Amino acid sequence: MSQEALIPLLGVVTDIRIDTPDVKTFRVVGLDGKKVFEHVPGQCAMLSIPGVGEAMFSITSSPTNTEYMEFSIKKCGCLTSWLHQMDVGQQITIRGPYGNGFPVETALRGKDLLFIAGGIGLAPLRSVINYVRDKRENYGNIQIIYGSRSMDDLVDYKEILDEWMRDESITVNLTIDREQEGWDGHVGFVPNYVKELSPDLGKTVLMCGPPIMIKFTLAGLKELGFSDTQVYTTMELRMKCGVGKCGRCNIGNKYVCKDGPVFRFDQLGELPDEY
Amino acid sequence: MQKLSLEKLGGFFAAIAEKAALYLPVDNAAGQAQYQRWSEGAVLSSALNTVRSAKDFFFPQTENLVDFKLKGKTIEITDPRTEQEDFVVFGVRACDARSFSILDKVFLADPVDGYYKARREHGTIVTLACTEPEETCFCQSFGIDPAEPAGDVSCWKTGTDLFLRANTEKGEALLSSLSALLEEADEAPVRAQQEATREILKKLPLAAFTTESFGGDVLKKVFDSEKWAELSQSCLGCGTCTFVCPTCQCYDIRDFDTGHGVRRFRCWDSCMYSDFTRMAHGNPRLTQKERFRQRFMHKLVYFPANNNGEYGCVGCGRCLAKCPIHMNIVKVAKTLEGELK
Amino acid sequence: MQAMMIARAKELLESGAVDRVLGWKTGEFVYDVTPAVFTSAEELDAGFVYDEFCGPNLSKYLISESRKGGKVLAFLKPCDTYSFNQLLKEHRILRENVYVIGVACEGKTDGEMLKAAGIKGITGIRSEGGSLVADTLYGEKTVKKADVLHERCLCCKSKKHVVYDELIGEEGEPDPGCGRFDMVEKIEAMTADERFAFWRGELSRCIRCNACRNVCPACSCEKCVFDNDASGIAQKAAADDFEENMFHIIRAFHVAGRCTDCGECSRVCPQHIPLHLLNRKFIHDINRFYGEYQAGEDTDSRAPLNTYSTGDVEPSIVYEKGGNR
Repeated sequence: MSQEALIPLLGVVTDIRIDTPDVKTFRVVGLDGKKVFEHVPGQCAMLSIPGVGEAMFSITSSPTNTEYMEFSIKKCGCLTSWLHQMDVGQQITIRGPYGNGFPVETALRGKDLLFIAGGIGLAPLRSVINYVRDKRENYGNIQIIYGSRSMDDLVDYKEILDEWMRDESITVNLTIDREQEGWDGHVGFVPNYVKELSPDLGKTVLMCGPPIMIKFTLAGLKELGFSDTQVYTTMELRMKCGVGKCGRCNIGNKYVCKDGPVFRFDQLGELPDEY
Repeated sequence: MQKLSLEKLGGFFAAIAEKAALYLPVDNAAGQAQYQRWSEGAVLSSALNTVRSAKDFFFPQTENLVDFKLKGKTIEITDPRTEQEDFVVFGVRACDARSFSILDKVFLADPVDGYYKARREHGTIVTLACTEPEETCFCQSFGIDPAEPAGDVSCWKTGTDLFLRANTEKGEALLSSLSALLEEADEAPVRAQQEATREILKKLPLAAFTTESFGGDVLKKVFDSEKWAELSQSCLGCGTCTFVCPTCQCYDIRDFDTGHGVRRFRCWDSCMYSDFTRMAHGNPRLTQKERFRQRFMHKLVYFPANNNGEYGCVGCGRCLAKCPIHMNIVKVAKTLEGELK
Repeated sequence: MQAMMIARAKELLESGAVDRVLGWKTGEFVYDVTPAVFTSAEELDAGFVYDEFCGPNLSKYLISESRKGGKVLAFLKPCDTYSFNQLLKEHRILRENVYVIGVACEGKTDGEMLKAAGIKGITGIRSEGGSLVADTLYGEKTVKKADVLHERCLCCKSKKHVVYDELIGEEGEPDPGCGRFDMVEKIEAMTADERFAFWRGELSRCIRCNACRNVCPACSCEKCVFDNDASGIAQKAAADDFEENMFHIIRAFHVAGRCTDCGECSRVCPQHIPLHLLNRKFIHDINRFYGEYQAGEDTDSRAPLNTYSTGDVEPSIVYEKGGNR
């Protein structure tokens, strides 16, 4: 019988990196050592430990990484707590890729890109950022505004410092919520920082973070003159099937697992405010 | 058109049951009709419809998806599916017959749900025309004619005979395998019955009920209506409506520790339940009002928006009869229609 | 009766004594009555009804209604008042925010009972003395009210209200000889195998819709154990069907001693499972082990299951009397 969408494949975790006190990044390959499937930046996969649970996670590594896939997972529920206490070598079930991904080969090509992220919200955007870095000539300038509660809550911090900040074609603006010893960078919430930086209106914005950050940042962007059609985000809701059938993750008539998770704000504007 | 004398109905069922599992509506201990597997002596119920709809045959209440065995750090995956046996469902009414095409739009859309597809392929639907519709019926509002039900084979039962007509290849195959029991028939008695039924249809209290004003275009207007608060006021959030509804198809996926491994199964779920959309960090539908609104928005607005205007309701009337506090799609549509004028 | 109730409700709204009314609202067909909150005289005139079809027990809605600020007028039938008292005892309803009008009741019925009596295609119903006359698509049909009343009404334990601020209609009397434990005793007299077969048969029709749990005034947990993933028994539908039976048995245990025998569970079951028999069995047992006790009769007596006394029945007696035959 052909591969059934609800029957997963097997993967194995080959590396676990501690990012922050509640975020770990897991490296997954198939049992043959190769990537389990290909994907487009912004797409997600359903991971599970049988008996514990199954949930949707965005793939944080870029598809241009040919060796493995990575997931940055925040510990906040049953399955994630279990994942956080497991060892390297643990097998997991995986199925995907699900979702529409970011339009990296269409609408975003040639554009100046502004990535705005808060906390774990950086995870899906990292997939796009690294994709764009690997295909640098196809895109305009890149700016990343990223903030978190504190220095210790900055996800992918090492990569940011060692790679993104050292890349001359990328501007990185980091911020943390409150003063902290050892931090001499910007202090303040992401929405305010964005307003302070007053980015160029020609940029296309890709945004992901806690709902409250999205709400205020979008308002700030609009005040600056950005329009709905130039801001993208990626949504997250409770999911079970991942293929638009179980009826759970809909916003209006769109299913986040199938028609999303990436939406442009003008599209969200046509949908009910229920997310 | 073919026919069979009602006296030979038992033999007819026996003949079908020899080659496939046959299910038909039978009265249960509580006096209501339910689909049961045919066995010698089973009597076809004369009730208008069953309590549980025919969707059970293609989308059962619980269904095993995949089995796992965990040993140390390894996981073994087993596909539990076996060859689906052929089955025949007799006595399906026009409303339930239409519901299958609605469920097809969900389960057979890409990626195809293999579990559902296997059942659809192996199932033969034999429908039975209605003769005594009840006040809760409003299938007409969705362009369904209870006197001319769809299906692989359509049947009409008069006082003396059962008339049959095959509509599809599957139906023809079924009838030709029973040709020894059937004889050619004049269609006149069927036409007469249909006329009589259609006369009654005109007098149904809900004959003029329509959902025409609803659809994708009025999404926000309907969603933002202030009437949802009063409509959802006494809703118990029990989920009875979802479970008796022939088109509701939301499901949950859960893992069950059998003691010998983990079984991942899917089971019916209801958007009316408080934990339907509950996540670790919040719930977009916190009160019953939002959940109540979701169910009806899905049937009247979202589903038609995604499926060329086809509504997610077939007018079977089960929710009108079974809701503990008598709320239903008719009351909702009538209340909200005022907003759309 | 209905007119008197509407008039009194209007008076109380007008005077500001209450700012909303919890009652029943008419539907499409005469029998599909919905509990509803009315906030004005116009709304009352447009939809308020009190007739043979007002079966729903309004007490449970008062858990949230009494907390919404202001004062709510609630019309309660005698059986409803028991649930009201029980919820007061459990501190779920705020008494000071509810004005209770006890309304007389001669028994209720609903669409399902009429259908079971073979009346279908109903386009209109009217009450004529002790009968209901239905206009249907298939001719006029008459049925005696006594023949279509809910089972719980046929063995009504009392037509006397146990709590009210005022009454409308004639108050009735308690009926100790109502025979509501007859069926329970009949099942107790079965052999263990017969009893097992009876319940497996009845409960096999269960579709886990949770209507019984959600309508029950005793089931008011904010987060039910069956909805709690951490409880180990949370399942939407049985992964194996014995579990279906366990739902009902566990629920019966949870409400034991607090169930007032209002009969709503059986009324709402779409599969017509006689769930109230499980609860009545518990009530019968409690009566025998701990002395006659009626939940909801008052708000200050101590409930037998949360009170220890040295005269409490021994486990061996429970095992025997509880049905080990």
